[in-house]
Amino acid sequence: MTNTITIDPVTRIEGHGKITIEINDAGEVTNAHFHVTQLRGFEKFSEGRPFREMPALMARICGICPVSHLVASAKACDELLAVRIPETAITLRKILNIAQMVQSHALSVFYLSAPDLMLGMDADPGKRNIFGMYEADPQLARNGVRLRQFGQQVIERLSGKRIHPNWVVAGGVSDPLTPEARDAILADIPEVKQITLDALKWFIPMIDQYREEIKVFANFPTMYMGMINADGSLEHYDGILRIVDADGNHVRDIDPRHYQEYIGEAVEDHSFLKSPFYKPLGYPQGIYRVGPLARLNMATHAGTPLADEALKEYQSLAWEERQSSFYFHYTRLIEILYGIERIEELLNEPDILSEHVQALANVNASEGVGVSEAPRGTLLHHYKVDEYGGITWANLIIATGHNNMAMDRGVFQTAKHFIDGKKIEEGMLNRVEAVIRTFDPCLSCSTHAIGQMPLHIELKDQDGTVLDVLQRD
Amino acid sequence: MPVKTFKIDGQDVSGREDETVLDIARENNVFLPTLCNIEGLKPVGACRLCMVEVKGSNKLLPACVTKVEEGMEVTTNSERLQKYRRMILEMLFVEGNHVCSVCVANGHCELQWLAEKLGVDHTRLNYMFPKKEIDVSHYRYAIDHNRCVLCTRCVRVCGEIEGAHTWDVSGRGINAKVVTDLNTPWALSETCTECGKCIQVCPTGALFKKSRAVGEMTKDDHFLPYLKTMREVDNAE
Repeated sequence: MTNTITIDPVTRIEGHGKITIEINDAGEVTNAHFHVTQLRGFEKFSEGRPFREMPALMARICGICPVSHLVASAKACDELLAVRIPETAITLRKILNIAQMVQSHALSVFYLSAPDLMLGMDADPGKRNIFGMYEADPQLARNGVRLRQFGQQVIERLSGKRIHPNWVVAGGVSDPLTPEARDAILADIPEVKQITLDALKWFIPMIDQYREEIKVFANFPTMYMGMINADGSLEHYDGILRIVDADGNHVRDIDPRHYQEYIGEAVEDHSFLKSPFYKPLGYPQGIYRVGPLARLNMATHAGTPLADEALKEYQSLAWEERQSSFYFHYTRLIEILYGIERIEELLNEPDILSEHVQALANVNASEGVGVSEAPRGTLLHHYKVDEYGGITWANLIIATGHNNMAMDRGVFQTAKHFIDGKKIEEGMLNRVEAVIRTFDPCLSCSTHAIGQMPLHIELKDQDGTVLDVLQRD
Repeated sequence: MPVKTFKIDGQDVSGREDETVLDIARENNVFLPTLCNIEGLKPVGACRLCMVEVKGSNKLLPACVTKVEEGMEVTTNSERLQKYRRMILEMLFVEGNHVCSVCVANGHCELQWLAEKLGVDHTRLNYMFPKKEIDVSHYRYAIDHNRCVLCTRCVRVCGEIEGAHTWDVSGRGINAKVVTDLNTPWALSETCTECGKCIQVCPTGALFKKSRAVGEMTKDDHFLPYLKTMREVDNAE
């Protein structure tokens, strides 16, 4: 007879998810799943809307990464206009997209995962949050907050609003950059660059303490997908969409317009989140991962000086070791560094203050696909419109979706290694949650109070008798 | 023209006999909420937000269509009036699908502004979530019936000022909706001159320019009194 442990909700992630762990009579884990328990319906209720509303409408999917949706949606809308958008608008969108990545990565590393890493997986859950972290190392906690603030301020300085800005529109952006905003952002760069370098110095020596976790935190060979430049450097806005195999060998470059030929979306009974897979290999063999780990495992170099050095150090680790999803944290820090340097480069481009930032046109194509790299991985928006520009069909593949199969499998791998079904300890379960946190999934795309969500776990035998109870208020 | 003297909220005021209580209230900086009324178009007393109490009458009267009378005593802001006005707004909200966060008129919407001004922060009625259409067929403009409050400003500006009478109201009660050319898609309208006046007078984001995204649609109806005067001069000649 199988007993089931349920972790519901999973804490310190974005959105609502739960984990179930099945245990046999011998106390061994026989199966485990990651469930996403909510349905959003954006694809359906956008039908009939004018396509120009889509960027702002889709941004409402998420409070953490609205900019990612704005960018991917606006790119899909650009295709519907079928015009070339001004170069300055592209550069401004790139800066906004990278700023979003910086703030989101800072949130993931410092607010959501650092409490585990710094205080230990078995630390008192009451302390295992950013406040506990602040008590232990105030400067590190402050640095995390400052990094996120920097990213959010760049978004605000460009678009006028930190969350759900309406600045990115079909054909470009609605307003040009002001010299004051540019100068204010540039003035902050040296400080946040140093903070990120310090964060890497804090993180790298810590890796050795987590050898056991690294071995089982979704550590298995998978393919990777992500955007990349032709020269092998990082790109988050309009690079080549590439798939590499589990050994890092080039498999295919995908034309976003034909993504449906290569990416299928499987549906599992246990989750509202679909499981995308690489079609030529079928389901579930076509498992792949996206996000900072995928991007940095694929890249030959970052493309900015300090990040190049940091990436070289990361890539000195063996390829096999870099298959562990634990390294999502490491790669996130490198991407923050890259992001800060790249924002500086882009802001110094000569035409950055140009007032020509939007191409005006009506609907000229009936279908558009927009792809960009969100903090968590490749984000894809696909729209079809009628002759008047009303949406008739929409499909979105969100970064977290691509990672669904890997998260599900990672939960099983970690649970199998750490859980002893005869006696549950909170630290064991925290590790199962922590493997999910490495992916930084954005489930409902909304943020929640830290450490405040209740957790109630019961272990029952086949007669329904409660063997063990774990309560976190 | 004879002048009438009367009281608004205890204050002595006066107005010509062809003026309304609303005209005189505004002249004297007394706030009265309105949604269907707009300067330059004939008042219709449809939205009932400008209802006032008049001493001696057991009915509430819409200030926009109530002519001033000698000696009348008007109350504009009693608790009862505030309650009714909030209820009217609540009913408008639950009858449509008003989602400010993704609306083209967010921040420039009269319905939103009134709700804030009158303290409507929730509704006591259940939302009806009606299934309503969006007509995006016109190449420049669109109408989203989800956001329409049936004020009929578009109908009146099109008929009275532009003289095209493209817009009309079809259906009754909860099924009423504004239509172009006997309910044909806007793009097929033979009477629409594409002047855009309906877009500018619409109090919400129901009528909007297609190139605009969330919060970008500001309405400019200042042309209305001018055009109305010009028409009157033309007619007099």
